[in-house]
Amino acid sequence: MKLEGKKQVWKDYQKEIADDHYFYVRSCIRQNFFPGSEQTFLKILRTELNKDIYENPHHTTCSGIGYHSDVVPFETIQTVVARQFALMTEAGYKNLAVSCITSFGIYNEIIETWKEFPAELEKIRGFLKKATGREFEIPENVAHASDIVYKFREDILQKAKYKLVNKNTGQPLKIVEHIGCHYSKMFPSKGVGGAEFPHVLVGMIESWGGEVIDYPERRHCCGFGFRQYLVMSNRGYSVSNSRKKFESMEPYKPDAILCNCPGCPMFLDRWQYVIEEMEGKTYGQNGQGIPVLTYEEMAGLVLGYNPWDMGMQMHQTNVEPLLDKMGIDYNPELKYADKAGKIIGTPAMIGCGCE
Amino acid sequence: MKHVVIIGGGIAGIETACELTDAGHWVTVIEKESKLGGKLNNWSYLFPDFTPVEAIKETLHEKSDKKDFTILRETVVLSVQRSSNKFAIRASGNQDLEADAVVIATGYELFDARRKEEYGYKIYDHVITSADLENLLLPENDVNSVLKDTPKRIAFVHCVGSRDEKSGNHYCSKVCCITGVKQAIELKKRFPETDIYCFYMDLRMYGKHFEELYREAQEKYNIQFIRGRLSEASEKMDKSLQIKAEDTLSGRPLKMNVDLLVLLVGMEAGRGTASAATTCSVDCEQSGFLKTADSFLKSNVSNQEGIFLAGSCTAPMSVNDTILHARSAATEVNNWLKAN
Repeated sequence: MKLEGKKQVWKDYQKEIADDHYFYVRSCIRQNFFPGSEQTFLKILRTELNKDIYENPHHTTCSGIGYHSDVVPFETIQTVVARQFALMTEAGYKNLAVSCITSFGIYNEIIETWKEFPAELEKIRGFLKKATGREFEIPENVAHASDIVYKFREDILQKAKYKLVNKNTGQPLKIVEHIGCHYSKMFPSKGVGGAEFPHVLVGMIESWGGEVIDYPERRHCCGFGFRQYLVMSNRGYSVSNSRKKFESMEPYKPDAILCNCPGCPMFLDRWQYVIEEMEGKTYGQNGQGIPVLTYEEMAGLVLGYNPWDMGMQMHQTNVEPLLDKMGIDYNPELKYADKAGKIIGTPAMIGCGCE
Repeated sequence: MKHVVIIGGGIAGIETACELTDAGHWVTVIEKESKLGGKLNNWSYLFPDFTPVEAIKETLHEKSDKKDFTILRETVVLSVQRSSNKFAIRASGNQDLEADAVVIATGYELFDARRKEEYGYKIYDHVITSADLENLLLPENDVNSVLKDTPKRIAFVHCVGSRDEKSGNHYCSKVCCITGVKQAIELKKRFPETDIYCFYMDLRMYGKHFEELYREAQEKYNIQFIRGRLSEASEKMDKSLQIKAEDTLSGRPLKMNVDLLVLLVGMEAGRGTASAATTCSVDCEQSGFLKTADSFLKSNVSNQEGIFLAGSCTAPMSVNDTILHARSAATEVNNWLKAN
């Protein structure tokens, strides 16, 4: 592997990421899958980086999953997106910060469609006006939330309490990065580092002291593919895709998997538990699973946030092996405690590699 | 005596110069490199009969040495201005020339395989281009230098940067199919135990003896041709490569480990031709190659009277097609000079 070659690709795909004043649009599924991640992102931006980030409770799903499942027509999703932009315009913001990779792809696809087909834009302006009376401006800057964390990764490092370093060996932790398909595969220029060798998560891992693992199935689908999991009879494809990735990364002994998509961490996390139940196989060290993190959770750990405050007890594959390697000070007794410290019960299904 | 300036000292430029000198004209060849011969200098053997490039180069040099034409090496053309019936040419080093006619013979450039990022050229250790392989096949080099041991499998990918909308090159580079067949045979001769696979879209064996060589590759050398393009290559722990493709004839996805991946890179018009198009104000095709007045009877004529085109600056061409095109350019120039 020649790093110089990768650096050239990264140089070719640098995008403009706004510096401040973001209009944040949340993901409809991340709040269920990893409920603390978005809140952690807002906390990092507001309290650590002193940025202005605003969200409007009236914003809705982008309807991307329905669109990709052929149940939401293109005109409908364009109008839904136009409404989000109208909320942004009304609030006086011009920089869109998107939590979800599917939505990020949708926003880019629609903005590019409007550039190529201005008549379509006028049609959608008409639809929105008739339906809601609203008007909108197209954002000046569209960034995925991981782009923003990437942009400020060195600022986060300055405030770091922990690094991605094994406290026992002093060696960098080996991290697998997995990028959501709709981040840059549709529009390579919209992603930091392009489509084939994205730099967005690599940059965070390296800045925070870790070592990135490139393994043969790095680009392979995580198993989230809409048609694989929305159709129940296809879910075998979903788990077999995830399994293919685990088998491929296992020889490199990764300490964690880092993702920037709603679906990827969900499936890479949950399917490890399922594979253990089905085959008795785990992919981490010492019979444990490989912890799967969102980039907000990773940033939060680096900044010293309490993993349980970030909702990391919601992971099916236990995160403790990573916390221990990083030397994070956490209380295992409070894993299933509420905010007041009262234990609310242990889940019936025990996480991967927990026994 | 009329003066003809030829821009480019590759095989097209040299052949045109020889023919025009024979016709009694004073010829100056302007070459940006120190060495004549262009891309031919980097090649080892030529399809379809494995003629050593040295033999062709020696013949060309012997022929050109006997001719009395001027060569300006390491020189680039800065501007070409028409004044009445002459062309005023300014070249680097404050050189000013006056010509009655100009021939553009700037050739092509190879597609930069880094643009097909999914194949990992210049990132993965064992991904090379057909040009790299050709260089390794030169007598003074060693193809084993890129391989640890005797390779188990080697794969070729056809049409890298050709017939590819993503690369912006819609045209066929014409010579890569037969180059792939030739190089696969050359590697099979060196590594008889190695399995060699060629991944292709179509195999376009348009030339004399091309189809026969393709048949020989299959029957005598047992080279496997798989109809399907690669979707990606990834490096494994031992530096071998995992490749993914679709075998479109069996309709199934395919995954394979190979020890060496050779990308058959196509031709592009290149910066030299683009620069000549600007300085001489000649039209280009959408592909970037220079536009000829027609495809049949005026394939050496540009849109500028007195400026002619020779060789692969007009379209991808093999060595033999280039030589023939250069000769026809010389005829066209000679006829035009006589008439004017």
